[in-house]
Amino acid sequence: MKRTHADPSGVLTGKHFLDGDQACCEGALAAGCRFAAGYPITPSTEIVERFAQRVPQIGGMFLQMEDELAASIAIQGAVWAGAKSFTVTSGPGFSLMMEHIGYAAMTETPCVFVNVQRGGPSTGLPTLPAQADMMQARWGSHGDYEIIALCPNSPQECFDLTVHAFNLSEQFRVPVLVMMDECVGHMTEKVVIPPAEQIEVYPRRYTTLPPAEYQAFKAEADLVPQFARAGEGYHFHVTGLTHDEHGYPAMNVEPQRRLVTRLMDKIRCSADALARNEEYRLEDADVVVIAYGITARVAMRAVQMAREQGVRAGLLRPLVVWPFPQKRLRELAAGKNFAGFVVAELNCGQVFYEVERLVAGHVPVLLEGHTGGTVHKPEQILDTILRCANVAAEVSR
Amino acid sequence: MSAVEMQFGGFGGQGVILAGMTIGRGLVLYENYHVSLTQSFGPEARGSACSCQLIVSREPVLYPYMTNPHILVALSQEAYRKFSPNLRPGGTLIIEEDLVRPDGHPEGVQVYKVPAMRLAEELGRKMVLNMVLVGFFTAITGLLQPESARRAVTDSVPPGTEALNLAAFDKGYSCGLAQLRVPSPA
Repeated sequence: MKRTHADPSGVLTGKHFLDGDQACCEGALAAGCRFAAGYPITPSTEIVERFAQRVPQIGGMFLQMEDELAASIAIQGAVWAGAKSFTVTSGPGFSLMMEHIGYAAMTETPCVFVNVQRGGPSTGLPTLPAQADMMQARWGSHGDYEIIALCPNSPQECFDLTVHAFNLSEQFRVPVLVMMDECVGHMTEKVVIPPAEQIEVYPRRYTTLPPAEYQAFKAEADLVPQFARAGEGYHFHVTGLTHDEHGYPAMNVEPQRRLVTRLMDKIRCSADALARNEEYRLEDADVVVIAYGITARVAMRAVQMAREQGVRAGLLRPLVVWPFPQKRLRELAAGKNFAGFVVAELNCGQVFYEVERLVAGHVPVLLEGHTGGTVHKPEQILDTILRCANVAAEVSR
Repeated sequence: MSAVEMQFGGFGGQGVILAGMTIGRGLVLYENYHVSLTQSFGPEARGSACSCQLIVSREPVLYPYMTNPHILVALSQEAYRKFSPNLRPGGTLIIEEDLVRPDGHPEGVQVYKVPAMRLAEELGRKMVLNMVLVGFFTAITGLLQPESARRAVTDSVPPGTEALNLAAFDKGYSCGLAQLRVPSPA
């Protein structure tokens, strides 16, 4: 599918001083999103507050809905009518949206869900950060399915990765989750928005077949089916029930196997191509810190402090957390004898278990967890790096 | 240069966050600094002491939160009482001289006082006291060129109010320059 460039009417080209929420909104507009539905919730409110101001001027709409269930399905109606759309929320709303994240996965509806994570469980800490919804993003709806989840660590990346999220959702016809956190969302920094012609946009995949030959869920070679334009004479059926290639319910073992396997494989088979990692001082590292989102910035400071004390530490930061960059992690683990890996995250262990699963038996993995409400102090991550290095030194003696 | 940490505190409605935003915008857009600005968003920030914190550096800012400010701007007694104990030794304290009675900050802190409310009232709109403060801050700290700060003021205020806000900036800036020439007896 040929990529195109952003519609200039939605692109606020220039150098700005924006918070992560505002930058996320600008990313959505630059990506061509012209519809949002939401039930605004702290700390994500500023995204749709700005969207509601900006989008009517460029031919779009924001709808405030009665709740998160309505918001998360209204955006999917807009997609089938031809729009690019998203919704934004935080933990309590994210829980309510789970049903429709599953619906988007099952119906292959390209859309973006932004979760500006705050402390939980339940209403928790509305105005303070956490990263404790990462496994909910991965597994929160029922059934087997795959999604893509991105973790920005700055307002700049809130812009960049929101554009990327819309593009991936169109390419793979899958819900893409932008997993921000309150710190990144409310932090104001420099954000550079390039000219429209430098922003790549993945257009909707429309069929070129005539209506008589079109099958709404017949996949292409990359396992992704093509859309038909609404109102152009194509008849098709969309359902959350297990369906055949025409989209009609087919509730037997074989259609279930075919459909679910394809929904999983279209992401799993592309996991290596999807991976985006930032690597910092890994060349000679004995201890590797694995962190994402805001925690990765603090972890980078901790790595610098460890180096100042003579401990060779490095950082691996996945920008795409789901699918997890397992190939890179396994390569790394197999490459040399590390003192250990440290997973730092604002939860009591989520991505930690994924890392442990991947490198068990090769590299010891320590968790530097945190119950949220603030970010780690660099010294906390440093302590775990040093503990990791010391344990390894003692074992080798 | 290592990072400079600064905090702007006052009560809700004084425009203290906008003052911090304006300084941050000037430093980022026109002086090429890296700035991370965070705000207090908790329920304790509603209707009482509210504040924003800036970390300013020539390097990218990694840890996003302020620990101990080098510079504190206090527009209310409560902000002064709450935040001034965290000032670094040898730090700079800027206060609104009619709203803050400085009676308990750490020793060795350099104090500058600006009658921002009165200067704003001379312009007929006391709500521009925050831009008086931005002018005063620009003169006292020397962190950004006055032209950079003025451009940031223009970027930050509602369209149609630029002239009034720039006049407020200029009043604060002149007040600050005068104090640098004649050391304050405080």
